Amino acid sequence: MKIKALTANEAMAEAMRQINPDVVAAYPITPATEIVQHFASFVADGLVTTEFVPVESEHSAMSACIGAAAAGARVMTSTASQGLALMHEVLYIAAALRLPIVICEINRALSAPINIHCDHSDTFGARDSGWIQIYSEDSQEAYDSVIQAVKIAEEAFLPVMVTADGFILSHAMQRIEVLEDEEVKEFLGEPKTPYTVLDTDNPITVGPLDLQDYFFEHKRQEAEAMRLAPPIIEKVGKEFGERFGRYYGLVDPYRLEDAEVAVVVMGSTAGTAKEVVDKLREEGKPAGLLRMRVLRPLPLKEIVENLRDKKVIGVMDRAEGMSGFGGPLYTEIRSGLYDVPSHPPLYNYIYGLGGRDIKPEEIEEIFKELFDAAAGKEIPLVNYKGVRE
Amino acid sequence: MKEGWKELPIGAIIKEAGSSIKFETGDWRTRKPVLNKEKCINCLFCWVFCPDSSIIVENGEMKGFLYSHCKGCGICAEECPVKAIEMVKEEV
Amino acid sequence: MKDIIEIRWHGRGGQGAKTAALLFGEAALDTGMYIQAFPEYGPERTGAPVQSFNRLSKKPIRIHSGITNPDIVLVLDPTLVKKVNVLEGLPEDGVIIINTSKSPQEIREELGIQGRKVFTVDAYDIAMRTIGRPIPNTPMLGALIKATGILDFEKMLESVRAKLQRKFRTRPEIVDKNIEAIKLAYQETKGEE
Repeated sequence: MKIKALTANEAMAEAMRQINPDVVAAYPITPATEIVQHFASFVADGLVTTEFVPVESEHSAMSACIGAAAAGARVMTSTASQGLALMHEVLYIAAALRLPIVICEINRALSAPINIHCDHSDTFGARDSGWIQIYSEDSQEAYDSVIQAVKIAEEAFLPVMVTADGFILSHAMQRIEVLEDEEVKEFLGEPKTPYTVLDTDNPITVGPLDLQDYFFEHKRQEAEAMRLAPPIIEKVGKEFGERFGRYYGLVDPYRLEDAEVAVVVMGSTAGTAKEVVDKLREEGKPAGLLRMRVLRPLPLKEIVENLRDKKVIGVMDRAEGMSGFGGPLYTEIRSGLYDVPSHPPLYNYIYGLGGRDIKPEEIEEIFKELFDAAAGKEIPLVNYKGVRE
Repeated sequence: MKEGWKELPIGAIIKEAGSSIKFETGDWRTRKPVLNKEKCINCLFCWVFCPDSSIIVENGEMKGFLYSHCKGCGICAEECPVKAIEMVKEEV
Repeated sequence: MKDIIEIRWHGRGGQGAKTAALLFGEAALDTGMYIQAFPEYGPERTGAPVQSFNRLSKKPIRIHSGITNPDIVLVLDPTLVKKVNVLEGLPEDGVIIINTSKSPQEIREELGIQGRKVFTVDAYDIAMRTIGRPIPNTPMLGALIKATGILDFEKMLESVRAKLQRKFRTRPEIVDKNIEAIKLAYQETKGEE
């Protein structure tokens, strides 16, 4: 193990170097550009044996990844925001063909207005594409999760995107514990592929036309794979922890057990919010936090277990779902708690769109409003934090 | 004070043409161009090359610099065929 | 020491404010601290006022919000103080270190600084004498250590040297000149009487 000062971009690129995928097809985009740039230099310097395909768009990047993965290769790419949006139609194909591709995704707002900074609209847009989604609290987790993602993808035969917050993590240097190359190699083992088109003795067809008679069954199969993914993600997170000391699960509960008021949050804001929880605890206020590490598959059981007995819950959304009723994480958590008899009231806080900074004081205000609600005060269900009224 | 969401025009449009004139970039400068009128032949190469439209021209005559926008890049001094523009250190 | 020390660097695009924060962050990491180093990103343009930041702590750093109340402010270009409020958010007991040929007393009067500790260093002059170009970022590292003692000077030098050696593999003379600049700045940084 080495201790290095790395940004999330550098850390994810380093993980890719250690994974040494067979094929990387990528098109650089802010704020994920450096991932592709660093990886390209690893290729140029002969540090990896990867076939690097510098394509002309993200649509082509994912298409090339699909071709390579169908041939049996271990495949990775990286993108952000508009890049992920341009990949959109091909994302569904990767998932439905059950190809274990991994994306290092940097969260960035979607245009318009044009903006390069962090929010989660890009990956929320890909929420229903059939990809497993893992969100990182910090760059260490981004690094660790990229390595785990390869293993998860190859056990579930589903593609995985690991995300880190644009600029906040992608361009911020922090202390990272980097594993030895050999440790990564041993942890991952040989690539496992669902099938290969290159086995000429056993020829197969990939991507056939599938109409009213078969399409539904294939989708049912894909849905089952997603339904069965949680224990795989947990097992890989546990195995990673046993080997390297950092354990990961589907969710990350923080001081939640005896909490009366909890916020649900994703990405780097969780770290800031944990500081706020500590401060409130010192003041004797029973605050807690649930960080959603995995959004797809939705960890329904964990949502219920961790939140069912809370007095009041606040869901922090770094995206606007444009549903007319709050952000996308809010509706997910709300739906998750529907079956709990006398479920706690849930309030939504949309924040940080387009990289708007979220300060500890603002999170404290959110908690204050939630504690007020717990004491019987009426507050709006959907709130915007940090927007100019 | 920046506008709140209720006051802004829809679609993120900017209703006013040429509003970038309000964005003053003169303070990015660490060196500033100074014109020697004796040498200047009014060829207006500086006006052609200036990336920030910061050369003041009246009736075909070079009159000086729009210091509120000039970033001090020095392209005018470089391109001036008679070396009539000198870049000098910006005083603090 | 406070739980987390926060630093803000003011510079102009191209002056190396980001690099300074990264070099300093890595040096702090090498002494066993937890660190963050990040620039403020916008449309990057040469000459435009820019900022970068550090957090340092003996414990893991979880906070990921922007820095609004730094303990230490460094100003890499003397002309910046005209337009940018470099004192913003700096508390009474904060430290400000400015690249200027003026004395701390002159700067205090000029900017009307109340409280705080003021340090000055002529980083341009030092850079011209050593590197041969007015690059203020590495000398400011020397000034930062002199003014605050936040890291061990020799250890910081060692770390910066290693990092620069990686960056300038083919031009070792650049490394030596930068190290010389840091040492000179460490000697020449002036505080108030």
